[in-house]
Amino acid sequence: MSRETVEAAVNAAEKLNDTLNAFLYIDKGAPQRAENASGALAGLPVAVKDNLCVIGMQTSCGSRILGDYHPPYNATVIQRLIDAGAVVIGKTNCDEFAMGSSNENSAFGPVKNPWDVSRVSGGSSGGSAAAVAAGIVPVALGSDTGGSVRQPASLCGVLGLKPTYGRNSRYGLVAFASSLDQVGVFARDTADVARVLGVIAGRDNHDATTAETPVPNYLESLNGDVKGLRIGFPTALFGKGLDDEVGKSVKDVVDAYRSLGAEIVEVELPHAGYAIAVYYIIATAEASSNLARFDGVRYGFRAEDAPELRQMYRKTREEGFGPEVKRRIMLGTYVLSAGYYDAYYRKAQQVRTLIKQDFLSAFERCEAIITPTSPTPAFPIGEKVDDPLAMYLNDIYTVTGNLAGIPGLSVPCGLSSGRLPIGFQLLGPYWSEPTLLKLSHAYLSARPFTERPPVRA
Amino acid sequence: MPITDDDIAKVAQLAHLELGPEELKVFAPQIAEIVNYVEQLNELDTENVEPAIGGFTPEGAETDSSRDDELVPSLGQKTALAEAPDAAEGHFRVPKVL
Repeated sequence: MSRETVEAAVNAAEKLNDTLNAFLYIDKGAPQRAENASGALAGLPVAVKDNLCVIGMQTSCGSRILGDYHPPYNATVIQRLIDAGAVVIGKTNCDEFAMGSSNENSAFGPVKNPWDVSRVSGGSSGGSAAAVAAGIVPVALGSDTGGSVRQPASLCGVLGLKPTYGRNSRYGLVAFASSLDQVGVFARDTADVARVLGVIAGRDNHDATTAETPVPNYLESLNGDVKGLRIGFPTALFGKGLDDEVGKSVKDVVDAYRSLGAEIVEVELPHAGYAIAVYYIIATAEASSNLARFDGVRYGFRAEDAPELRQMYRKTREEGFGPEVKRRIMLGTYVLSAGYYDAYYRKAQQVRTLIKQDFLSAFERCEAIITPTSPTPAFPIGEKVDDPLAMYLNDIYTVTGNLAGIPGLSVPCGLSSGRLPIGFQLLGPYWSEPTLLKLSHAYLSARPFTERPPVRA
Repeated sequence: MPITDDDIAKVAQLAHLELGPEELKVFAPQIAEIVNYVEQLNELDTENVEPAIGGFTPEGAETDSSRDDELVPSLGQKTALAEAPDAAEGHFRVPKVL
């Protein structure tokens, strides 16, 4: 049985790749591996973002500088999936080094949105989102540094979870911004998110930032009982810059929760408006340091015709990195450079504290907060490529979760008049994944999202 | 503070990027715009605010991340060199340094 399931996923991935460009590598040997799979996820086909290491497959990070790199070890989350019987069917397209909100920064071309192939999939984990939305796989992994799981999930009409910082191991995830990165899960069904999170979560000796906090049985929280749960509604975030249809759709979700017995309370997040500024200082500073390792010496691409060492470094990086990665490395180098450190980096870390405190005090009054996931539905490919700042503002609702380290879950809640998916985001206190999954499950049980995209398996 | 093309060229050098003149022309105004945007943080008084260290949860900060000092196999020379663009005699070979 499981062999057929995996075979169908591989065939669908191959068939749809000319249209969607969701996969950078498809493993024809995957069905074979399904034969002897056993465990909690036996025979479950999974697609994996191409910045997570899987033995026997490339890890390109959507970049020419890694290209055909084949890692010698499995990421911890991958090893745990394999040990539970899941079968990785391939590596999904993404923005280069996970830097982007539209997947247009991939060196291998953008992922197309299965709902409208002239529009972006969102990013940076666009391939994973599109693969799940198109029904190629039931589950995919991505990474979320500023919204890179939740935003494409929203734009493609699937669920996307970014867990609490320290819930999942980052060992084998190619680092972008280490204090923000977290491995996340895509699925079309809350139970699948719960099942997969339960397998991959937990302490890992290879990642000192993973916490000892016990991993609960997430499936047990899917009991539909949301009576008396308090959901925070940050009125101020439903204003300027938010698409009318998205705003209305998320307000309808609030009404649905009210009729399910949840209590809606007003909350304030006074520093949320500063989140993008904080994010682009901290994320680029960390990236400029993390990406220093790509120098053409130990792995990946090396530029030719560079007879001197430093010239080789510079040429390799110049030819190997795309424009957005260079822009962020330079911004990060600038904010960390002599004389500017206190003005930018230290200042940003201080405001990060204020953003964290906003959430801690809001969560004294509620168990979760609801926001839109993305200010607009999927936009046309090419629309924002020349305006990096406009592109960054896509992450306005999601970056706060990474800065505070709290979990966030994007849940599909309808289609726009142009038949593009709209999603809402649930944010909760540290380790509140059971509450977020419970709320998602209760909502989708009451208002199932049954629409399917025109491009599908 | 205004960012000049010279600033960008200097940053590119620090970051080991060899930008062409075309790229400099595109990046300089874009980076200036982003820096201008992030300077809105100066509106906030953060005099007595501790800087956040990572996205750490209290539980994460309390987790003892030391592990037993046990010998475990390493990658080994062959595997470690397998992806090198230019490996020679058990080493990573690079162009001349001087």
